[in-house]
Amino acid sequence: MTAAAPTPIPVPPGALTPPGAGKRTLAQALAWAGFALVLAWAWKGADIRPLDLARDSGNMAQFLKEFFPPDFREWRSYLREMIVTVHIAIWGTVLAIGCAVPFGLLSSSNIVPIWVYQPVRRLMDCCRAINEMVFAMLFIVAVGLGPFAGVMALWVHTTGTLAKLFSEAVEAIDPRPVEGVRATGASALEEIFYGVIPQVLPLWISYSLYRFESNVRSASVVGMVGAGGIGVILYEVIRGFEYAQTCAVMLIIITFVSSIDLVSARVRKLFI
Amino acid sequence: MTTGAALSVRELSKSFGAPKRALESVRLELAPGEMVALIGASGSGKSTLLRHVAGFVEGDRGSGAVRVGERVMQDDGRIAREIRALRADVGFVFQQFNLVGRLTVMTNVLMGQLPRIPAWRSLLGRFTHEEKAEAWRAMRSVGIENLAWQRASNLSGGQQQRVAIARALVQRARLILADEPIASLDPESARNVMEILARINREQGITVLVSLHQVQFARRYCPRTVALRLGEVVYDGPSADLDAGMLRGLYGAAVEEMLDGTETIDAVMNDPVVAEGLARAPATA
Repeated sequence: MTAAAPTPIPVPPGALTPPGAGKRTLAQALAWAGFALVLAWAWKGADIRPLDLARDSGNMAQFLKEFFPPDFREWRSYLREMIVTVHIAIWGTVLAIGCAVPFGLLSSSNIVPIWVYQPVRRLMDCCRAINEMVFAMLFIVAVGLGPFAGVMALWVHTTGTLAKLFSEAVEAIDPRPVEGVRATGASALEEIFYGVIPQVLPLWISYSLYRFESNVRSASVVGMVGAGGIGVILYEVIRGFEYAQTCAVMLIIITFVSSIDLVSARVRKLFI
Repeated sequence: MTTGAALSVRELSKSFGAPKRALESVRLELAPGEMVALIGASGSGKSTLLRHVAGFVEGDRGSGAVRVGERVMQDDGRIAREIRALRADVGFVFQQFNLVGRLTVMTNVLMGQLPRIPAWRSLLGRFTHEEKAEAWRAMRSVGIENLAWQRASNLSGGQQQRVAIARALVQRARLILADEPIASLDPESARNVMEILARINREQGITVLVSLHQVQFARRYCPRTVALRLGEVVYDGPSADLDAGMLRGLYGAAVEEMLDGTETIDAVMNDPVVAEGLARAPATA
């Protein structure tokens, strides 16, 4: 009870290392080795030539010099096409949201039976798996050159992405409020409107805004295959070796995309 | 065999795959206007029984009918096809309140109207002045009319439970099932919620079946108690006849949970003044 220091409890051997630690180190080493093998295997296929970067550095410096100063003489047409690009993104996103709400609900395992959500999910996989550029080329054949083909391309692809994000939000809801709505004698649709949607709405809005941001980026390239917007101009100036103009177009795209990203990120924060 | 009962359950059994059944040939009949406590330790089947009555779960094949008034909710292990409409007659109050937290109290209460209004109006969220007035009166009767435009998630547990009761009132349910309505509440809110249930039972003649795991609340608010043990009805009679000794006989060691863990529970049970004091006491024990 006096000054005698309490004897510390002896720690049994091995208590301070997790069981199977040795095995884990070996597994980690094997995983790293496997990763290195994959990198080596892909080296050839991807035609990696780091020495060329050094050898051709003079050419590249010359090439870069041609970008500056940017040539803004045609800025009116750049701006006009950039705004068309935003228009394409707006309509592509809005139409996609309209489709993603029902498709998202139909691919949620807690809303519909398996024989509904599995086929719908596979359909959404198809929409998502194909890049917007590919859809744009297909829709140009269907509806002709111009922004409408771009809208269609974004619409289909974004429906696939948003439906997946929407259904993931739906599957993560708290089931108890839904049961509360069910207990009142509500119909299945009322259950979704009153019990499910209020819970997922903030996330849905946030995902939609995020997709709008990425669609502005995508819309600026679908034009390269002829689906309208700033991409058409970008393609022409690159093909014409007009690098000063290319630089101007790229600066306009960067300005638009970053400011839309900033604003949309701010708005998204309000909903979470 | 309909004798004008508010609720009748015939030979209801349920097994969830385990060897021991969750409900074992439960028979139960409630006369209109009764307030009945359903007691039992955790896992005795109280919630399971209530969820069968509301048609959330189906009984085993061979079970008898579950009737609310004249309407069959389920029979022979099959839930009535029009169950969604039938649920309108049964108010359900949950332990965790089950409100939609992001919606206002008003909207949560208005949900009780959903089965009565046309689908296009309910899906657009358009309620008439009269419907809102009815919701307001229900809120007033449970003392939450000043919280009408708050988000439900901003309310305390006791307030949320009163919203749930108001929702059941707007349903114009003739039977309210309350599944451990006070288990998540502090003693003061618990007493308040029980008072409200007793009052709507008394004043509006609504039949109430409330599951509790504290016997003192059953004795205080419900003239009749049904006790479950391992899915079987082991007692059905006046709450006043339930004493601690009898409960020990029925439940053995599991009884302490139902007696609120109080060692001197015999004294408490036998002394109404003490029982009342205990019910009113703040959450310090």
